[in-house]
Amino acid sequence: MPGRVEGKVAFVTGAARGQGRSHALRLAQEGADIIAVDLTGQIDTVPYAMSTPADLDETVRQVEALDRRIVATQADVRDFDALKGALDAGVAQLGKLDIVSANAGIFSFGTLDELTEEQWSDMLAVNLTGVWHTVKAAIPHLKANGGGSMILTSSTAGLLAIPNIGHYVAAKHGVVGVMKTAALELAPFNIRVNSVHPTSVNTDMIQNSATYELFAPDLTPEQRTKEALAPRFQTLNVLPIPWVEPIDISNAVLWLASDESRYVTGLEVRVDAGQLLK
Amino acid sequence: MAGRVEGKVAFITGAARGQGRSHALRLAQEGADIIAVDLLEDIPGAPYHGATEADLAETVRQVEALDRRIVASKADVRDFGGLKKAVDDGVAQLGRLDIISANAGISTQMAPTDELDEDMWQNMIDTNLTGVWHTVKAGLPHIKAGGRGGSIILTSSEAGIRGYGNIAHYVSAKHGVVGLMRTLAIELAPLSIRVNSIHPTQVDTDMIQNSATYDLFTGKQGSTKEEFAAASQAVIALPIPWVEPVDISNAVLWLASDEARFVTGVPLPVDGGNYLI
Repeated sequence: MPGRVEGKVAFVTGAARGQGRSHALRLAQEGADIIAVDLTGQIDTVPYAMSTPADLDETVRQVEALDRRIVATQADVRDFDALKGALDAGVAQLGKLDIVSANAGIFSFGTLDELTEEQWSDMLAVNLTGVWHTVKAAIPHLKANGGGSMILTSSTAGLLAIPNIGHYVAAKHGVVGVMKTAALELAPFNIRVNSVHPTSVNTDMIQNSATYELFAPDLTPEQRTKEALAPRFQTLNVLPIPWVEPIDISNAVLWLASDESRYVTGLEVRVDAGQLLK
Repeated sequence: MAGRVEGKVAFITGAARGQGRSHALRLAQEGADIIAVDLLEDIPGAPYHGATEADLAETVRQVEALDRRIVASKADVRDFGGLKKAVDDGVAQLGRLDIISANAGISTQMAPTDELDEDMWQNMIDTNLTGVWHTVKAGLPHIKAGGRGGSIILTSSEAGIRGYGNIAHYVSAKHGVVGLMRTLAIELAPLSIRVNSIHPTQVDTDMIQNSATYDLFTGKQGSTKEEFAAASQAVIALPIPWVEPVDISNAVLWLASDEARFVTGVPLPVDGGNYLI
């Protein structure tokens, strides 16, 4: 039986690890070839270790183990020319583009009066402008392809406010604006654009001491274990789980990427364990 | 490779034809057994004929052709006792219940709100809202008894998230379905039972392919299918006049499967961007 995205080519940003790697693998499992980019480096205002070249190499290895092709490049979504260069080179090698997963994102925190100029500008540059750059770089290829599907990774924080991350909330709400505008502009070209809105996802972006401190300022650093933090994360959700796994977001991306959702566009798809019901 | 809902059992209302039959077939293709009900009668005020016994028999034939089991019966979603008996019988034969697709719905009188007949209003609410509640109420004890969680998909409409002139009863009932969905999602989350709603734009079935619906969309009497297609396309962003039943079924399948195991409380349009316009 052919895969659900058999023969398609997908561009995934932030593909070195976490959700991005999971998206690349899930799409490859269902028959897609992958164009992967990642910064594979640190941004000073991000309070956890970001991905490395070795992480991106591992994504390449795992996609190739599925017998799919992958073109992986170090590229920064803040740098449009570099991003466009990486995508153009990938399309030149793999022949076309059908699917875009604008997944790259960062996390940091501070109340609105405490956030530094650098925290604010880095957040908006990566999590909002980076998404626009990704969309902008992809549109010519999707038009040339006669259609396609773009999935922009927002967050539940793109639909509601969460204290201490006002810059993240602003950027992720902005992604919804990009998504809806792109959906309208690109519908005549059979290009669909939707956003996904995860609740907490079990990746390095939340499983780190800085995020633990945000959720449990009353505990000592030694007390802030994953087990101790789980009930705190669970209070955000309605389903009895602390966080979802990357694969759960990937399965939503897969549905939106496949022709099974051929008439689905302009949606905010929540994979949020009911967080928005609260 | 195992199907995406392999070994599960799904209860589907309005399964004789249209979206309901499509849902039954799509879920059966992916490994589910089916409990199917349908009214099998004409509906007062509807500008199209109701489904027939032959239609339901055809659904049975097509599910069985996929080598899946199906228990089909005539039942009215307005009649809780009859509906409960149908699903109880189905579970007795098929052994469990995992998925509910509350799909049965009607379209009837089209008139300004102050001119809607009392009985037209009441029958709409009874079928498209109370019928959905009855469906969940009848199926839920069986999903709970399984202790494995489950997935409930309520068919609302684009008219469940926005207003339309001349169908206040339909718009009100379909909005009510969203309230039911959100309440159920909260109540059932501790049991890992997920509840979501689907919001189709125009779907290519008998419910819209009739002259009354053509005229509703074009705003003039005696409209043709071609005129309706143009008017319908004008409210959809993608260059299509309507979607097919299988497009709704593919959304139902995703929500029904474990791939959406942490998706609950979501109103999911399948609408070609209708909501953006």
